[in-house]
Amino acid sequence: MIDLGPHAVFIVWAYVGVALGVGGLIGWTILDARLTSKKLATLEARRAPK
Amino acid sequence: MSIDSAPKQSWWNRISHPGQFVTWTKPLLWPLTILTAVLFVAGLWFALFNSPQDYQMGDTVRIMYVHVPNAWLSQFVYGVMAVSALGTLVWRHPMADVSMKSAAPLGALFTALALFTGALWGRPTWGTFWEWDGRMTSTLVLLLIYLGIIALWRAFDDQLRAARIIAVFTLVGAINIPIIKFSVDWWSTLHQPASVFRADGPRMPGSILTPLFVMFFAFTFLFLTLHLKAMHTEVKRRRIATLQRKAAQGAAS
Repeated sequence: MIDLGPHAVFIVWAYVGVALGVGGLIGWTILDARLTSKKLATLEARRAPK
Repeated sequence: MSIDSAPKQSWWNRISHPGQFVTWTKPLLWPLTILTAVLFVAGLWFALFNSPQDYQMGDTVRIMYVHVPNAWLSQFVYGVMAVSALGTLVWRHPMADVSMKSAAPLGALFTALALFTGALWGRPTWGTFWEWDGRMTSTLVLLLIYLGIIALWRAFDDQLRAARIIAVFTLVGAINIPIIKFSVDWWSTLHQPASVFRADGPRMPGSILTPLFVMFFAFTFLFLTLHLKAMHTEVKRRRIATLQRKAAQGAAS
């Protein structure tokens, strides 16, 4: 691990915070896409002629 | 008129159909994702292992590599929303309000991260996490504008009507962008003035500019990828609303 000097705690928290924020945003985008696709597929299957 | 003799549609008209927009842009998602991942791997390596210490700030300069891209995106995403708002009001382009709606949560998060990383950078360099100066306050106002826009989208059932109202609100809120940009020139602030994009060239050496630019492009491509994916989801969400409306009408008749 590189030596980040006397202010390491600020640097580490900045990167951890950004990683959590960006990771959460990616996860939310993917989850929202999957749930929406699933709901649309269910509705379209219900509409399909039998 | 046969299909062969029908006039060809411009790309503008073709992407105005939500279904066609999704079909046309879906193949872009994986290349954009891979490019973003490669840029992040390279950017983090440069930022954490290759960047030298700053002669004044020491290692805290590494916070700049995540702060500046988020600060840039906080304003760039609003720019995308403002152009989309024009698309909604002037051209009535069906994808413009989809773009506007999908960008808002992304812009809000990038703005929150810019404020968060700025506070963590400010404490060791200025001695304070927060100061009510021009740059920080106007960026906080930008976050509140984003949150207001997200709340407005959720307040309306009719998303087409919501789009017109939010487009006007977005364009009025755009006045805050030049205020953020020039706040460091207009008022005496703790925040430093522009040091990268200057008429007389950047005020930092190549060894610090390289990680900054790689991270800048990594975050920008991250936004483009997530925005595109969120737009696809929004198109599907509107299709769901249409199907549910038709089902309700069918049940009522």
